[in-house]
Amino acid sequence: MGNKLSILSPIGLKLERSSSERPVFVSTIAAGFPSPADDYIESRIDLNEYLIQHKEATFFLRVQGDSMTGLGILNNDLLIVDRSLAVEEGNIVIAAIDGEFTVKQLTYSKKSCVLKAANPSYKDIIINSENNLEVWGVVRWAIHRLWP
Amino acid sequence: MALVDQSIALVDCNNFYVSCERVFNPALKRKPVIVLSNNDGCVIARSQEVKNLGIKMGVPWFKVKSFAKYHKVIVFSSNYTLYADMSNRVMSIISGFGPNQEVYSIDECFLDLTGFKHLDFTDYGQHIRLTINKLVGLPVCVGIGASKTLAKLANYLAKKRPGLNGVCDLNSIKPNTLDSLLSTIEVREVWGVGKRIEQKLIKLGINNVLDLRRSSPRMLRKQFSIVMERTVRELNGELCIPLEETPPSKKQLVCSRGFGKPISSLSELSEAVTSYATRVAEKLRYQRSLATMIYVFIQTNSFKKKDQQYNSGRLIHLTKPTNDSRKLISAVLVGLKSIYKTGFFYKKAGVLINDILPVSNYQKGLFDDIESQEKSESLMKAMDGINNKMGSGTIKFIGEGLEKNWGAKAEKKTPCYTTNIDEIPVAYCI
Repeated sequence: MGNKLSILSPIGLKLERSSSERPVFVSTIAAGFPSPADDYIESRIDLNEYLIQHKEATFFLRVQGDSMTGLGILNNDLLIVDRSLAVEEGNIVIAAIDGEFTVKQLTYSKKSCVLKAANPSYKDIIINSENNLEVWGVVRWAIHRLWP
Repeated sequence: MALVDQSIALVDCNNFYVSCERVFNPALKRKPVIVLSNNDGCVIARSQEVKNLGIKMGVPWFKVKSFAKYHKVIVFSSNYTLYADMSNRVMSIISGFGPNQEVYSIDECFLDLTGFKHLDFTDYGQHIRLTINKLVGLPVCVGIGASKTLAKLANYLAKKRPGLNGVCDLNSIKPNTLDSLLSTIEVREVWGVGKRIEQKLIKLGINNVLDLRRSSPRMLRKQFSIVMERTVRELNGELCIPLEETPPSKKQLVCSRGFGKPISSLSELSEAVTSYATRVAEKLRYQRSLATMIYVFIQTNSFKKKDQQYNSGRLIHLTKPTNDSRKLISAVLVGLKSIYKTGFFYKKAGVLINDILPVSNYQKGLFDDIESQEKSESLMKAMDGINNKMGSGTIKFIGEGLEKNWGAKAEKKTPCYTTNIDEIPVAYCI
């Protein structure tokens, strides 16, 4: 049935492939010559596997604004955020500030923690006591749509 | 608890629905938050701040609405799509902490840690807590004991006694200390002890958990039932209720919902029961079962004392056991027509199946039309396949109605942050 469904996909139906799908052998077993390709079949590239390391801890967020353009994060980009990663200096993080999710680069100065924007028209945010800062997750990928 | 052979953990999410909402809306932190049941009827989840205000679990929303507004409580309709996804994430993470897991409900599961005797379970429990909190942002408590009943009790303590920091291992407590601890807990906190049983126990002089633990199982079996005997044995560290790793098939399937607004026409009621029958049929097929009969009912709003009241239901026997949506729909429509009366404002309708037969037990009859049965099976399989892949309701019966004006009220439902790409949270770059 999966095969019948894939015929529908070119006319614009949303089709989700499960990551466990593997290609079927090209030839049937019963008669004739086996396909020379049978021994070389590998599973097709799966973006889920490539982009997501820890699926339970991975969430998608949508970018609004242009304060991070200097690091290649544009308005309307799709962010893949992994909460399982240990937060390190220099990471692009999702920080919860004043009840909202904000994208910033996490850096440290001598006494405090600085959330940096990557656009000269935006100010950095200086956090003095760690209590005020909640790092929600680390941004692993920014996916940018090129073709509308 | 002299000989402790087993270690069972119960991991339970705190205020699960509220906590799920908080993960995606940091503005809710430390604010009083309530989640309402289907159709915005009753309070079904409360943040600690709301519990402190004294709003009770399960109260009808209209009764506490103005009080809640006065205290600036933030209210949401339930978003089961979100809760189910978060639950799946949590359960999958927990399954990595032990070999055998029983998912007991949407927000709690048992875990058999018996093989991990070398571990300090309090540390291990903390590790589970911190991991879940880091990976999905949800707070949980962990209770550990020699039986499921003790694990439940330990979890209750982990939740209620702040000093324990969310983890309680009853196996690690010395017998004397444990006795005095158990004597401070009321019997109603024991798994399976409801209000009625509690009153009866108190009459017998059994006031706290220690009393109950020291009671004779035989006496309790005579006074109550074998269930109570098991409870007492479990309280003494005997494992009587084993972990069920594969959930048993449901013996009864129900789909019943209140309407967003009262409806009186047969056509709208037909739409509603058609959708409910479709849901039930899907559940039947999911657990590979057949229905031999189906019950349909309609109700007016008993809270509106001034309205004329009418409640009725009809049981329809099916000629052959089936899980074909079409057959179940036509059955409930026949039933509905026979009980429907004009002139009433209906508030609720439902469909129920309680005689369920596994597909594998079905004996084909001499006069069965095999060909049409096979056609029915593949049609249903195709429908379920499409709806699973492309979202439920992609293909549906026209009888369910397109507008669904009667649909349940969910005025304050949050987005499906994790399951719908158009509803994912916004990350501000400002």
